[in-house]
Amino acid sequence: MAAPAAKMDLTEARIATLSMPEGAAWATDARNAALARVREMGLPTRRDEYWRYTDPATLTQASAPRAAIFDDRDEPPVFGDIDKLNIVFVDGVFSPEKSDPLEMAGLEIERLSDVLSTDIHWAKDLYGVRETAGQDPVARPLAALNTAFATDGVVIRATGKAERPVCFIYLHRDETSDATLHHLVKVETGAEVTILEIGPAAARFNKCMEIDVADGAAFHHVRAQGRDHERRAATHMFARVGADALYKSFTLTANGVMTRNEHVIEIVGDNASAHVAGAALGDGASAPFHHDDTVFITHDALNGESRQVYKKVLRNGAEGVFQGKILVKEGAQKTDGYQISQSLLLDEDSSFQAKPELEIYADDVACSHGSTTGAIDEEALFYLRSRGVPTEIATDLLVIAFLAEAIDEIESEALREDIIARLMHWLERRRQG
Amino acid sequence: MLEIKGLAVKLEEEDKQILKGVDLSVEAGKVHAIMGPNGSGKSTLSYVLSGRDGYEVTGGSASLEGEDLLEMDPEERAAAGLFLAFQYPVEIPGVGNMTFLRTALNAQRKARGEEEMSAGDFLKLIRAKAKDLKIDADMLKRPVNVGFSGGEKKRNEILQMAMLEPKMCILDETDSGLDVDAMKLVSEGVNALRSEGRGFLVITHYQRLLDHIKPDVVHIMADGRIVKTGGPELALEVEKNGYADILAEVA
Ligand SMILES: Nc1ncnc2c1ncn2[C@@H]1O[C@H](COP(=O)(O)OP(=O)(O)OP(=O)(O)O)[C@@H](O)[C@H]1O
Ligand SMILES: [Mg+2]
Repeated sequence: MAAPAAKMDLTEARIATLSMPEGAAWATDARNAALARVREMGLPTRRDEYWRYTDPATLTQASAPRAAIFDDRDEPPVFGDIDKLNIVFVDGVFSPEKSDPLEMAGLEIERLSDVLSTDIHWAKDLYGVRETAGQDPVARPLAALNTAFATDGVVIRATGKAERPVCFIYLHRDETSDATLHHLVKVETGAEVTILEIGPAAARFNKCMEIDVADGAAFHHVRAQGRDHERRAATHMFARVGADALYKSFTLTANGVMTRNEHVIEIVGDNASAHVAGAALGDGASAPFHHDDTVFITHDALNGESRQVYKKVLRNGAEGVFQGKILVKEGAQKTDGYQISQSLLLDEDSSFQAKPELEIYADDVACSHGSTTGAIDEEALFYLRSRGVPTEIATDLLVIAFLAEAIDEIESEALREDIIARLMHWLERRRQG
Repeated sequence: MLEIKGLAVKLEEEDKQILKGVDLSVEAGKVHAIMGPNGSGKSTLSYVLSGRDGYEVTGGSASLEGEDLLEMDPEERAAAGLFLAFQYPVEIPGVGNMTFLRTALNAQRKARGEEEMSAGDFLKLIRAKAKDLKIDADMLKRPVNVGFSGGEKKRNEILQMAMLEPKMCILDETDSGLDVDAMKLVSEGVNALRSEGRGFLVITHYQRLLDHIKPDVVHIMADGRIVKTGGPELALEVEKNGYADILAEVA
């Protein structure tokens, strides 16, 4: 079905600002196919059911709205004490000078533009492939747009257990930058890799990561999105998870006028696990805050286990959205699907919308979902204050406690502690104004 | 130390007067006990003194060492030296006991312009005090009161009191839910804190606790007022005859 005219106009206006990078024939084919998908679907508008709670207008408009650069006052960077391989992008452009050499035992790391110019490369079976699969049953046009026009990115193949994490550091230096990055991660049988991501990347950031987790492999992902109040981001993680494999992703978000984080995960091998979690801290005081977590997990194998754990703390008119779906296909017996989305509203101006969905076509499964919206526990607050803890600190202790269930989803203790330390630091800084 | 004069309190949400003019003064170095029938307003008094929301003071005053308590936030009252051991200690999932106590201790010190206690000194201190109360290391690591038994919660209150070293300690039915041995531990904990500069207000229903923590003065509270004040023998009388005689006498 062709999209309505207004949608088409919007789509063409956006496409007109982009140019398709040159590459090998297969890559150009993949990009053109993606462009055709974009034209077919049209970019999203508020009218689309999938965008009911989040207005995509600023994500789809022709140019990026300006975003002031956040002054972190030289605070210690996230994951600063973690031994890792840093890959730095400045406003969406890979910076070889700022990055470490792309070398690590157990990993092959290449730049996307190099890979897409190579005539024969395994990436042909991944680039745009997971994204295409993820377009059904729900359209994700921003991801297809990304496949068509991505200008940079990293391609990683893990053949063994990577000795340290790979960290993508996204610096934002230009107030009007508009970045489109596309990464591929292929974790071969029995291999293991941890990908970290930090930073805002650009005024507007469209990021797509396609991940293939082979049998018995493990993919870990921990991300801290940039704190620039006015930044906008639409991110997609498309994953395919094989037998006995593990996919794990956690995202910490503090600030951001517009964030839409999507996970599209397909469990295709038996006994596999997929865990996605997010902790968001939204304060609408200095700029509006809107954060949308949209997750779609498909179980298409036996004995699969999936968890979605999302926690949001919202104040001063901050808006939170959660759309989470568990689809259990016919025959995916013994599936164990768990989904929880909770928000803590620190005032009456803030809001949380949740749309949890289960669609189950197998008869022997255990799936549960729950969503709650609540205020701070006044009893607990008084108890803390009665011991001399000032209200603001007491509130922050309760905020961290509330987010803990999501943060606990991070497997690595070092990373988990780093995230908690960051969070405490940010909260403290906020208290000090 | 603690001066309460004609304190009258109603519920904020309802037109219900709970305290109807409480007069009470606790001198430094003394232990006062309050007894009284269920629903007479004992916990309400302790909550109002520590600054809990939901009450409206309609008359009277309360001060600690001359400072007006009712004007202060709960955390300021704590820093000024007031401590309430809750009748029902609150569970706080996700907040570690140690983190909580250290934050509290240092916040109080900061508010008083004192130096913060280092992590090392804190650890040493809490280990020693926890040992006295037979609170094991595992309990210290757990979230505040989560999964604690009734008696463990009460012991944890006393641990907090021992760590914070308040000037004025209010204990609201700290004995309820304690087994005989725990009662002894808790009493020893309280007695260890007895000193010239410190006052105690012990709310209880039972003489048993007062056998261990010997009060200087005993008050009977009924229907929002202190209706009778006497020495330790008053508690024994309650134990023997209940409240009927006393209430009839003051009616
Ligand atoms: N928030 C409230 N809402 C309604 N009624 C209340 C509230 N708080 C206290 N009350 C009422 O006020 C009265 C005094 O309660 P309070 O808890 O102070 O009694 P108490 O003397 O501590 O009793 P107990 O010995 O049973 O602990 C009771 O009738 C109680 O029901
Ligand atoms: Mg009571």
